[in-house]
Amino acid sequence: MATDNILKNLILKVWRQASPKDKGKFVTYTIQNVSTGSSFFEMLDLLNDDLIRKGDEPVAFDHDCREGICGTCSLFINGKPHGPDNLITTCQLHMRKFKEGETITIEPWRSAAFPVMKDLIVDRNAFEKIIQAGGFVSVNTGGIPDANAIPIAHDAAEESMDAAQCIGCGACVAACKNASAMLFVAAKVSHLALLPQGKTEATRRAKAMVAKMDELGFGNCTNTGACEAECPKGISIANIARLNREFLVAKFQD
Amino acid sequence: MSQIQSNIPSGPLTEKWTQHKANLKVVSPANKRKLDVIVVGTGLAGASASSSLAELGYNVTTFCYQDSPRRAHSVAAQGGINAAKNYQNDNDSVYRLFMDTIKGGDYRSREANVYRLAEVSNLIIDQCVAQGVPFAREYGGLLDNRSFGGSLVSRTFYARGQTGQQLLIGAYGALSRQVGLGTVKLETRHEMLDLVVIDGVARGIIARDMVTGEIKRYSAHAVVIATGGYGNVFFLSTNAMGSNGSAMWQAYKKGAYVSNPSFVQIHPTCIPVHGDQQSKLTLMSESLRNDGRVWVPKKMEDVERLRKGAVKPSQIPDEDRDFYLERRYPTYGNLVPRDVASRAAKERCDAGFGVNETGKAVFLDFKYAIKRLGKSVVEARYGNLFQMYEKIADVNPYEEPMQIYPAIHYTMGGLWVDYNLMTNIPGLFAIGEANFSDHGANRLGASALMQGLADGYFVLPYTIGEFLAGEIMKPKPDVNHEAFVAAEKDVLERAEKLINIKGELPVDHFHKELGKIMWNKVGMSRNEKGMTEAIDDIKKLKSEFWKNVRVPGKVGELNQEIEKAMRVADYFEIGELMALDGLERNESCGGHFREESVTEDGETLRNDEIGCYVSLWQHKDVNVAPQLIKEPLIFENVELSQRSYK
Repeated sequence: MATDNILKNLILKVWRQASPKDKGKFVTYTIQNVSTGSSFFEMLDLLNDDLIRKGDEPVAFDHDCREGICGTCSLFINGKPHGPDNLITTCQLHMRKFKEGETITIEPWRSAAFPVMKDLIVDRNAFEKIIQAGGFVSVNTGGIPDANAIPIAHDAAEESMDAAQCIGCGACVAACKNASAMLFVAAKVSHLALLPQGKTEATRRAKAMVAKMDELGFGNCTNTGACEAECPKGISIANIARLNREFLVAKFQD
Repeated sequence: MSQIQSNIPSGPLTEKWTQHKANLKVVSPANKRKLDVIVVGTGLAGASASSSLAELGYNVTTFCYQDSPRRAHSVAAQGGINAAKNYQNDNDSVYRLFMDTIKGGDYRSREANVYRLAEVSNLIIDQCVAQGVPFAREYGGLLDNRSFGGSLVSRTFYARGQTGQQLLIGAYGALSRQVGLGTVKLETRHEMLDLVVIDGVARGIIARDMVTGEIKRYSAHAVVIATGGYGNVFFLSTNAMGSNGSAMWQAYKKGAYVSNPSFVQIHPTCIPVHGDQQSKLTLMSESLRNDGRVWVPKKMEDVERLRKGAVKPSQIPDEDRDFYLERRYPTYGNLVPRDVASRAAKERCDAGFGVNETGKAVFLDFKYAIKRLGKSVVEARYGNLFQMYEKIADVNPYEEPMQIYPAIHYTMGGLWVDYNLMTNIPGLFAIGEANFSDHGANRLGASALMQGLADGYFVLPYTIGEFLAGEIMKPKPDVNHEAFVAAEKDVLERAEKLINIKGELPVDHFHKELGKIMWNKVGMSRNEKGMTEAIDDIKKLKSEFWKNVRVPGKVGELNQEIEKAMRVADYFEIGELMALDGLERNESCGGHFREESVTEDGETLRNDEIGCYVSLWQHKDVNVAPQLIKEPLIFENVELSQRSYK
């Protein structure tokens, strides 16, 4: 392990908002003696420990697995979704990425589709509705042929896996100036369309998911590429091209 | 033994499940529509059960504390899922998977349950492929496999280092499809805080809406607990921060037996603790032991130079490295089961050979694999794990070995269930990690995913019919029944009581202290004195908690501190029962290592005369000791022998 140092002083500008209806504001805190080996959330744990002991309200934030895979955590840190490092979620961000005395600005995802519930917690239920509209293969449990009955080319499985890695955190939407959910939808459509099992209903799936996305008020994609740049799993915008293709086929079939 | 009805079918082992299924009652489609089932938890077990039950026609209401079912901690499982497909032609079979699992669990699981698990394992792989799980493939297009600990064959299916994620996305997709169809009602950000029992039958739950703080009543004809394990009793574990034991514990307090609570798995390959600010531990998949070699220096002066940073691990020559797993266990080498590998690491660190400043770390080295296979092959197999390691530890594992140390990972103990996965409370079922049934005293790698999905897709949907067939004439229970009113009142009072203590110390303070007691005295190595002290220490800490905890805010709002406080209040009691169970079991087996019961070369020494049982703990009253009942383990097919991986 790398040797850890202590950051003696950090200044935190944290978004505080009591409820969805509250206007919200930044509150400034100082925090002492943070180990550079600590994760960003371990730093926030320290802040909350301090706030509770002083009789203040701790900062509410979403987190769960703390190993970069559940997609629960969010946060804009110094203006970037999941903070200054690349290809990680906020929970994998470590304090060695910050400097002594630095001011760190912490905000929730900023998107109309993800309303703030409290402090740094947002409501991402819109993503659930999109998946429920078609983000699956329509098979019931049981009555399935042997797993090796349909060979799948190695590269197709790998390409599908690249897209399937999406953790549904919402950084793509948060990073997009239009608040578009195209990368999220495209990742799911590609994951399944690249496999024979998912190909059968690929156009139907694309159509249903896009319709739901539009209905929920996500913005349009204008190909800025901001989503790909901020995706903690490095999901490529090439998937959006594949989604557009599937969607076009669906249109022709109508 | 009239209290225990394990309902294990008679007949030959290979015929039990087939025969049992033939005898199970089936509910007609028209009647299924009249029946309601509650499923708590949306990991592999909960999501697969919810979707499968809804497909059959039951009305399902599914709960998770996360904002989406996809976030349940099954998502974090890395290495793979076992199945007895024998695709590698290496002489695998249902029987071999069964035997490996029985032996891996150190002969403390039920033969019939384990055989069934091995039997349905192949169906799981078929199901997952049909759902679009992108398992790794050979160039010929067929499925690839790798090896895991405790086995001499390659039977583990995987999707890079994210197998749990991909399987969960499959189950989540199936669940989401049913939500879209209106057959499953999904309650996210809801946490079960009590079980409602009417006339001795499970009829619903009390849950807190974690957004509004409202305490709500939900009724059904049956309740399924799929809430995973209670490893977070230790504070530091590989579990998610929110994973908790409260659903199990509230069921226990309503009369459900808890079995083998002291059986905890300590995973050998986790990133070591960095310091006091640590909040959780990150696993590095067991699959890494396929290609990584575990070592510490042979010479103490090298250990000292490493700790001072005077030498890099890569500079220590091969002849000065002690590959202690290969040295002690030549047959299985780096692929010994988890409990064995964990204790071997502890043995070297206790002897002073730990390689970092804390003395609690060993190396897992890929130098040899990179030389043998090339960097690109290693990257294709483990790239995401290497990236994860580098982000946390700030060391490039392609150049220097990883540092690893054992950490709490999985709990083999859980709610007691019969062969139908029903607890002793009729109508209350427990599946996946939440039950005790399949892994004995030690779970093999890549078998948790297998069990969660076996229970949810292929066992519960059949066995629940046996109970529900008797319910078809009964209306959905009324949530205004006095049992619901009383349970709701009880939850609210518990929560208000915590808020009103208005003490000085945060919940985490107590949780960390509890974790230290558990790790030091009920952890990797246990003895009578330590566990007796632990019970006492926990009692004192618990009493201090109820006097001096500070929980800010109100019950009726989004309040993460009250969520934690309710869970930690249960952890004290779970921890105490774990220590008590460990004390009672005066033998070593699997992950339960009693210092009083050790072979000459320091391995676990089972005592089948006294230890061939499942413990069933029955809650009495708050200040009365729980009662221990024993279900004898009867082995009709397996000959018990001392486990050897040499």
